[in-house]
Amino acid sequence: MIEIKDLHKSYKMGSNSLHVLKGINFKVEDGELVAIMGSSGSGKSTLLNILGMLDGADSGEYTLDEVPIKNLSETKAAQYRNKFLGFVFQSFNLINYKSALENVALPLYYQKVPRKERQEKAMQYLDKVGLKPWAHHLPSELSGGQKQRVAIARAMAAEPKVLLADEPTGALDSKTSYEVMDLIQQINDEGNTILVVTHEEDIAHMCKRIVHLKDGVIVEDKKIEQVRAGQYV
Amino acid sequence: MFNRDRWREILEVLTSNVWRTIFTAFGVCWGIFILIVLLAAGKGLENGIKKDFGDIATNTMFMWTRATTKAYEGLPMGRGFNFKVDDVQAIRDNVPNLRFISPRNQLGGFRGGSNVVRGIRTGAYNIYGDYPEIINQDPMTVTSGRFLNFNDIQEKRKVAIIGQGVKNELYEEEEEVLGSYIKIQGVNFMVIGTYKKNNSDGGEEAQKEVFVPFTSFSQAFNRGDNVGWMAITAHDESSISQLKNNIIEVMKDRHKIHPEDNRAIGYFDLYEQYNRVESLFGALKAVAYIVGFMVLLSGIIGVSNIMLIVVKERTKEIGIRRALGEQPWSIKKQILMESIFLTIISGMVGIIFGALVIYCINTLLDNVGPVDMFMSPSVSVGVVSGAMLILMLSGLLAGFIPAQSAIRVRPIEALRTE
Repeated sequence: MIEIKDLHKSYKMGSNSLHVLKGINFKVEDGELVAIMGSSGSGKSTLLNILGMLDGADSGEYTLDEVPIKNLSETKAAQYRNKFLGFVFQSFNLINYKSALENVALPLYYQKVPRKERQEKAMQYLDKVGLKPWAHHLPSELSGGQKQRVAIARAMAAEPKVLLADEPTGALDSKTSYEVMDLIQQINDEGNTILVVTHEEDIAHMCKRIVHLKDGVIVEDKKIEQVRAGQYV
Repeated sequence: MFNRDRWREILEVLTSNVWRTIFTAFGVCWGIFILIVLLAAGKGLENGIKKDFGDIATNTMFMWTRATTKAYEGLPMGRGFNFKVDDVQAIRDNVPNLRFISPRNQLGGFRGGSNVVRGIRTGAYNIYGDYPEIINQDPMTVTSGRFLNFNDIQEKRKVAIIGQGVKNELYEEEEEVLGSYIKIQGVNFMVIGTYKKNNSDGGEEAQKEVFVPFTSFSQAFNRGDNVGWMAITAHDESSISQLKNNIIEVMKDRHKIHPEDNRAIGYFDLYEQYNRVESLFGALKAVAYIVGFMVLLSGIIGVSNIMLIVVKERTKEIGIRRALGEQPWSIKKQILMESIFLTIISGMVGIIFGALVIYCINTLLDNVGPVDMFMSPSVSVGVVSGAMLILMLSGLLAGFIPAQSAIRVRPIEALRTE
């Protein structure tokens, strides 16, 4: 599904250049649930941003579902993001003057799905994350866990090929974290490919594979026995 | 364009900070209001002054004779002379593009003595000997009977058209005017019509004139073939100001006047005067536009400013939208439409207020009666639609920089903003 070869990325900070990713090679198959781990500054968020086409790489190859991702115009990148990727962020990033339902319907709007169909589909995904009764609430009226579930519903609504989650549990207490992970596992069980960036060991162990990043290189890449989050809920 | 979601969003954004929106809108509203009111005031002044010209054909000159100031061909200076009836034909033959040439003779005038008698009533009026064409140059409404015609000229009929003012002074309220006789300097003329003039200039005086056929006038009052003065109107496509030199040359030639004697023939170029007034109003209009635009410009800059702030505030939201796959041009369009919408709505409010003020002034003027040099201020539909177009363009302009800055932010940077 995802294949990257010799990926480099550096940031210019004034006269200094900060080499963040120093040649990353890795491959993600269909239906995998991968945790990307590392301490802050290890380059894990940068990697995710490049994977999410939010940021461009300096050199290297990136292929997503057999489509080479290179030198995209902003318009093309937006199109690919909408079609291929779903995002879940640490700070939820819901649009705060739109109701939960409208937030979930947003990616469908960009796909030009007709209004009625959009609403129905969004409602269906909200139901899936258990928030149907809160459909018409604003994000400010929801708890952190609920917000993240709305965000996950929104990410899934466009039926992306890959779900990218950047510290999805970073702003949540452990109980809610497990609930969210439970949801992510369920989505993965349905065959979706998911990448989770985290620095929490327990969250990482709820995935099926852990990739360790350190100072811009992959130091460890191992398959693990998955811990089901459901047992903690 | 007519996308329900987009419009809902525009309204959501603009109503999220109502007071800020209102204050921003006020800038544009005020600008367009000033523009409209200034233009209307200019138009009111123009209407007021132009009314003084009345319906007079403005492409007209008046020409009369004076004493020569240079000796020429053996003739001394200080010689008096008169235009003759055949001068009319001579001008017509030599100068193209003239529409009317009316030779005129006149009796009475400013503070003249009584010259018209009817029974026991008398009055002092201007008596004109005229050709029928004069009605096109000095328009009047014939209220009863008829105006002069060429048969009157041909047969030297002693007939007269009298003004409303003359009628009021010489006749009883319900007396029959048509067919009655008035005595002008001892000569009887039959009244065949009455007229009323529309221009405000002179007011009463203009209604106290008597028109008789040119030929009868000459015969009755011993003018021979002399012509007192001429009213000459050019065709609409050429200007009398350009033709007048040719006309004067023809006259100088026929009356043996030194070619450089510029004071022998007096004239008044109505067109030049009218043009001067026209250009004054042109300048006035330009000032109104410039001032209006300047005020409008500061309003537009206000809108642009607020849109920049809105974009800044929504940086994160824009980042989210782009992460979710919204196209950059869609974001740009959104910002532009918000800006245009705000500008147009506030502009419309300004136009409405302007129209209201103009309406109030008009009602006031109607009630207190006519004011000197000011009459029915108004703006044309063309100006209003032009203003709308300007608003649309300025909205576009105001939104352009903010929209550009909205898509310049990379989604990743936008998302980092907390």
